[in-house]
Amino acid sequence: MARSKKFLITDLLYIAGMILPLLAGMVLKILTEPPTSGISIAGARVFFRVKFPIQDLLISEAQINSWLVIVTILFFCLYMAHGLTVECKTRRQRLAEWIVETVDRLVADNMGPYFSGYSAFIISILALSAFSSLLSLLGLFPPTSDINVVAGWAILIFILITHYKLKGGFLNYLKGFTEPIFVMAPLNVLGEIATPVSMAFRHYGNVLSGTVISVLIASALNAASALLIGWIPGVLGDLSLLRIGLPAILSIYFDVFSGCMQAYIFAMLTMLNVSGAVPWEAYEKRKRKKEAKKQTI
Amino acid sequence: MELAIGIILGCCALGAGLCMGIGALGPGIGEGNAVSKACEAIGRQPESKGAVTSTMIMGCAISETTGIYSLVIAILLIFVAPGLLVDLLVEAVKSL
Repeated sequence: MARSKKFLITDLLYIAGMILPLLAGMVLKILTEPPTSGISIAGARVFFRVKFPIQDLLISEAQINSWLVIVTILFFCLYMAHGLTVECKTRRQRLAEWIVETVDRLVADNMGPYFSGYSAFIISILALSAFSSLLSLLGLFPPTSDINVVAGWAILIFILITHYKLKGGFLNYLKGFTEPIFVMAPLNVLGEIATPVSMAFRHYGNVLSGTVISVLIASALNAASALLIGWIPGVLGDLSLLRIGLPAILSIYFDVFSGCMQAYIFAMLTMLNVSGAVPWEAYEKRKRKKEAKKQTI
Repeated sequence: MELAIGIILGCCALGAGLCMGIGALGPGIGEGNAVSKACEAIGRQPESKGAVTSTMIMGCAISETTGIYSLVIAILLIFVAPGLLVDLLVEAVKSL
């Protein structure tokens, strides 16, 4: 299929839009990274703070990296959706259609027909989480290893859950806390809060622990190679030869597998929690009552 | 002063070790149970291998959560708590 020059130029622009934010993140890291010796395990660096009445707003590395990821995903989506045709001709369109169909099927299987419009939200969370975790492959700070970023997503999902719980009416929502008996009310409130907290901590802990273990193993190998081959004079002794290989293999588990797994689990728990929140009986009753009221008027 | 700092550092290390050791017990047992049941299910119905495996990995990752919590606490105890506590101690001694 012959393509016009304009099409190719737009394609190139989209690819540049995908790669440039990541390069910008790397350049920013190289320029602002303070020199350290040995291992250092620190949180996200704060670039600057904005004055606010109650608490200062911190613009940190995690936020900037997550914005870069958002831009990358945006251009990736534009690239995938560029030049769609009615009959599926290109490999790119086949991949795009496969992604959309898979997510639609996943959402339909797990959430039911009432939530059929949710596939866009679910794939956004999945992609954002997975790409954020995979950012550590480039040596950048993965935003998901900062509790604030993940807690933000968890609060969003908590709001969604509460919204769907309120579908059965406010009194029904309050009554839900006193089940099975009213003595259980404090525990039920605690359980309600525990959902977003556990979601946030699960994701954050997994990504952070991967980073920390990678750093520890790298530094241990560094020390071991200094001990074993440090006596060789010249450049060869200064190189930490043992660091070649093993950290890369571990990174396949800790960065790639764990990151993708946690993204999948986060999306899965979102689907299950949100779709399980609707009180169907109360909702139907309320709907019928409303319709009856409308007819009488 | 030195003794107090030494006690803080030692207790932090001890706490991290205990936290990780005891915290790893539960998820280990739980995941072992899950995997053994999944193996049994695959042995009984080999054609359902895909569904069983994906469900098992999902369940394993969720039951791993408590272990991850203890890992986070251990990391905090090793890398964050000593500095904080020593700073507190120094300030308290200064104010005396």
